[in-house]
Amino acid sequence: MDEQLGKLRWRCRRGMKELDLLTLGYLERYYPTASAAEQQAFAELLEVQDPLLMSYMVGRETPADATMARVVGVIRTLLAE
Amino acid sequence: MSNAYQLIEHNYDVIVVGAGGAGLRATFGMAQKGLKTACLTKVFPTRSHTVAAQGGMSAALGNMGQDLWQWHMYDTVKGSDWLGDQDAIEYMCREAMPAVIELEHYGVPFSRTEEGKIYQRPFGGMTTNYGEGTAQRTCAAADRTGHAILHTLYQQALRHDAEFFIEYFALDLIMDDSGTCRGVVAWDLAEGTLHLFRAHQTVLATGGYGRAYFSATSAHTCTGDGNGMVLRAGLPLQDMEFTQFHPTGIYGSGCLMTEGCRGEGGYLTNSNGDRFMERYAPNAKDLASRDVVSRSMTIEIREGRGVGEHKDHIYLHLEHLGADVINERLPGIAETARIFAGVDVTKEPAPVLPTVHYNMGGIPTNYHGEVVILKDGNPDSVVPGLMAIGEAACVSVHGANRLGSNSLLDIVVFGRAAANRCAASIKPNSAHPATPKAAVDKILARFDGLRNAKGENPTASLRMRMQRTMQNHAAVFRTGESMAEGIQLLEEVHAGFDHIGVSDRSLVWNSDLVETLELDNLLGCAMVSIKSAINRPESRGAHAREDYPDRNDEGWMKHTLAWLGPKSEVTIDYRPVHTYTLTNEVDYIPPKKRTY
Repeated sequence: MDEQLGKLRWRCRRGMKELDLLTLGYLERYYPTASAAEQQAFAELLEVQDPLLMSYMVGRETPADATMARVVGVIRTLLAE
Repeated sequence: MSNAYQLIEHNYDVIVVGAGGAGLRATFGMAQKGLKTACLTKVFPTRSHTVAAQGGMSAALGNMGQDLWQWHMYDTVKGSDWLGDQDAIEYMCREAMPAVIELEHYGVPFSRTEEGKIYQRPFGGMTTNYGEGTAQRTCAAADRTGHAILHTLYQQALRHDAEFFIEYFALDLIMDDSGTCRGVVAWDLAEGTLHLFRAHQTVLATGGYGRAYFSATSAHTCTGDGNGMVLRAGLPLQDMEFTQFHPTGIYGSGCLMTEGCRGEGGYLTNSNGDRFMERYAPNAKDLASRDVVSRSMTIEIREGRGVGEHKDHIYLHLEHLGADVINERLPGIAETARIFAGVDVTKEPAPVLPTVHYNMGGIPTNYHGEVVILKDGNPDSVVPGLMAIGEAACVSVHGANRLGSNSLLDIVVFGRAAANRCAASIKPNSAHPATPKAAVDKILARFDGLRNAKGENPTASLRMRMQRTMQNHAAVFRTGESMAEGIQLLEEVHAGFDHIGVSDRSLVWNSDLVETLELDNLLGCAMVSIKSAINRPESRGAHAREDYPDRNDEGWMKHTLAWLGPKSEVTIDYRPVHTYTLTNEVDYIPPKKRTY
């Protein structure tokens, strides 16, 4: 497996189950076909602490970075399922 | 083969494995006392599962009305269904008050009353005057208590110069011929290197194994790694038949709705709109102990009074509390329900179902955190060099059923106790004996074998079979027949593990290999759990046998010890429950019928 993908897969390991499901869901479904900029934004998003990440997921806060905000928007579509 | 691996060697006074609340409290305490301390953790410390603890931490501060640690102790003993060790429970309940104050001083932002005291909320099973009234004993930082504690302890650990090895996966304990633990071998996931850590004490703070089940509130990281290492070291695990189902996991996703919901006045209803807990627990109602509530919900569903299209779940109501209370006391919960259940809890009930949440069983220890086993007739024989704390351990303060908000308490109190014990017993920077080469070679051989495994069974498929088996055969209610079927299925999974296939041979970010190592740990936990469960012919706490519905104190008020052999065979023996207290300031609480 590609090292970068393995690293990201490990960093989808979160303290909260909700975030495990959402981040891993994005990685498996959307990351492979995402633009380079969005892939980079996703990697940066995984560095965010869990409470803030949760805050993004529930829509209480939005990332300042437009690309990261777009990635969050895509991840949130996973919630509809 | 094994010789091909270069081991990078490190010497410490203490190695802590795991950086959740227990591991960080221990790490910081050891470093503060001048011990050369390292903490190994497979994920970044603030991503430990403690971050998800929403409800709070119990302590008889008495900020909201009279309270006594003796009442807290009584509730914990009763909650444990008399399987808890009363010396350890006394220790925990007495240490609770200074532990909360200490956290407050370190900077945990506990919620406040109008007079500025720490706010305390009611929680299940927490009473005043030995079961008469409802206690307000649980201290919380809104519904982010776990995160607040984790963050604070991590900052303290950094301040005291503890060293962290982050994204290191501990492979196995190094045990010498005398049965002493000499340290651990770990794999640096990022660099792909293997490391030998020598230590005078190795402290396992690796958490629970909720991922052995299909539906659990646990994060993916909860894979019982310390438990797995202990089993491979030839040591037993204790009381593994006791698995807690949290009453209010969200139907479908299994995400948690904190017990704080019911603490703040939420209640459950069935399809008739009945508040059925009034029938099962006339006094405590929705705030009965978790095992009692989960069983009551399961009975309601079975008898055809479940809600929803398939009548297979229950409603949790918060809407009567009003948006102001919900937003003030349970802000994250409203969002969780909106996002993960599609429900506005200020207007409608949330669909919930009992969901695997906590493992009462684990590595047997005394109240100092030292691992103890039955050896030469001594049930409290200490394993030199090895400690365990937090959910990985079985002290046992939770016995057959843990009370909500006693877990954050457990990790802080026993993390600190372990640090105190090490400070008293270890001379800083003393020399290490020679490392037993054969033990290290064996660890490397296992690692190398799994790394190069070329079998036909993918890790994910075996994991799914294990999770389905535990979900279906070791549930809220169990029978001997159903568990026997489960054991057969689980043994097939175990046999399948001998033909596992790992797709990636790399040592760098090889997530397939990590997940395989984790599955090995989980499978060991699952096997001793279900085999301990079929071996206990009584119902006690979270272990509810339909074929043995009553508690049997004469035969079974004892701890199960379970050893795992190489062919998944389990050997069972027992340790007596400690039927004595720590001091003469409180009397032993004799068993009686448990009603709420």
